[in-house]
Amino acid sequence: MTLILPIILPLLFMVVLMFTRRSLLFQQFFGIFASVLLLLFSIWLLTDILKNGIMVMQTGSWVAPFGITLVADLLSSIMLVTTSFVGMIVMIYSPGFIDKERQTAGYYPLVFGLLMGVNGAFITGDIFNLYVWYEVMLTSSFVLIALGGSAEQLRGSIKYVTINFVASIFFVAAIGILYGKAGTLNMADLAAKMQTWEANTPINSALMLFFVAFSIKSALVPFFFWLPASYHTPPIAITALFAGTLTKVGVYTMFRFYSLFVVFDEQFWKIFILTLAGLTMLIGVLMAASQFDIRKILSFHIISQVGYMIMGLGIFTVAGVAGAIFFTVHNMLSKTNTFLAAGLVYQKSGGYDLKYLGGLYKASPVLAVLFFIPALSLAGIPPLPGFFGKFFLIKGGFEASEYIITAIAIITGLFTLFSMVKIWNEAYWKKVPEGVSVSGKVHPSTLIATAILAGSVVLMGIFAGPVIDVCLQAAEQIVDPHMYISAVLGR
Amino acid sequence: MLFLLAILVGILYGAAVYMLLRRNIFKLILGLIFLGHATNLLIFVAGGLTSGQPSFLRGLTGETAGMADPLPQALILTAIVIGLGVTAFALTLVYRFYKVTKTVDFDQLSENE
Repeated sequence: MTLILPIILPLLFMVVLMFTRRSLLFQQFFGIFASVLLLLFSIWLLTDILKNGIMVMQTGSWVAPFGITLVADLLSSIMLVTTSFVGMIVMIYSPGFIDKERQTAGYYPLVFGLLMGVNGAFITGDIFNLYVWYEVMLTSSFVLIALGGSAEQLRGSIKYVTINFVASIFFVAAIGILYGKAGTLNMADLAAKMQTWEANTPINSALMLFFVAFSIKSALVPFFFWLPASYHTPPIAITALFAGTLTKVGVYTMFRFYSLFVVFDEQFWKIFILTLAGLTMLIGVLMAASQFDIRKILSFHIISQVGYMIMGLGIFTVAGVAGAIFFTVHNMLSKTNTFLAAGLVYQKSGGYDLKYLGGLYKASPVLAVLFFIPALSLAGIPPLPGFFGKFFLIKGGFEASEYIITAIAIITGLFTLFSMVKIWNEAYWKKVPEGVSVSGKVHPSTLIATAILAGSVVLMGIFAGPVIDVCLQAAEQIVDPHMYISAVLGR
Repeated sequence: MLFLLAILVGILYGAAVYMLLRRNIFKLILGLIFLGHATNLLIFVAGGLTSGQPSFLRGLTGETAGMADPLPQALILTAIVIGLGVTAFALTLVYRFYKVTKTVDFDQLSENE
């Protein structure tokens, strides 16, 4: 029964916040309280699953495959914990950054709507139900990205809504075709059925449609153009939330689907995915290097780093997948952290354009450190967690004899360092340009939120050993899906 | 019947893509609506057409053999509702965009202003 709580809790919070929309102070405090509660619950869930194995719940007592199954294995619960942590940080950050009009116009309930969709997507065991959670998550994000309604935001959100609608259409079409072939949509049941099919059963059309849908959502090459065109338009707290959660749901789903449904033509999928991963890494990081808006640089980096996660998927050994999971968690924290640090820069000097920034290190060393930590972590400097993530991915790549993709991963790391140094030099190191003031006031709540997040990034680097152990166990469950299947079907 | 529906799905997809590529932003919404309908019909066709039979789960033998499968209809119903919501949101979004910028031309979406 407890497994439904990651969905029900945000729903309850959303309803409460919706009815109390006009009282700003209550919204702010309840938002923080509720997100802390959600985090504590998901940590409890993770420890329980670590101890007792995969947790399954059949909703309405309809036995699988007839009802909707909720399943949480280690990967799901790791993602749940990270998402609720990012949600909590954004909740602490928002009161000091988002303007009052937006805060009272439904910002807080929408964030919980988004978290409900994300959590649902992580724990559902039914493909059509997954589509529904995707829509819950996307609808909240549609409203969040357009909230406020400035011309720039409207421009960004039209692109965002259109491309995500098209991706959803791909998703639903794939579900329809798959159901026509298999007659079931329960993931575990479907995977068990597929293993009894003879080779060359025509399933790749549906899988390819799924792949296109998820690669649009997680911004893989060649479907990434919507992300940098829309992510920089809303207030940066919203962008940080999107960067920390949305694309990673696409990545998570790809892991789940690859683990369960790629039973034929494994060689084709491996080469296909690794090629796209390499291109994503390189193109994302190269396009980032030519930008001058901090938010755009960071947006292009999201794309580049999704490439790393997908690289782990392409390798698909326990080491590679564990590295990818570790990297995903680290990325959700560090990426959100860099966006929040950019928000601090905005408060201090009123802009995001590197040409009109400077002197921030001198003006406020604390701000500089709060950017420095996640930036170095993203670039992969030890002892920060980005290093360990990349290390395990590259080690996995070498062990699987995938030398080309490994070389690309190393080169991409260097370019990442380059653009982080670029932000550092321009915004923090160089002299203040004429006519620019660096005396803006930084709201304490934003400072506290960013500091907690930066601290957690450092802690994740220091305690990388235990975290990697959990990731390795999660990777074993992904690489060998039999545990998942038998847990759901009860045999 | 199957053949006709398959052609209809194709035509709807074609019209949808054509509309999506137009410069007028209201036609974009029409494109999205077509795309949704085409996909709903696709699920309907792919789920298998059984006419004139009561509905039951497919694949079971004995008394229920040959009965129509109700699940694709249930899926389509959900997809229609979700599509309706998203379309309504997209319409208000586009209308707001028109009110703010006084244009319905896609080229105004570019950021170089």
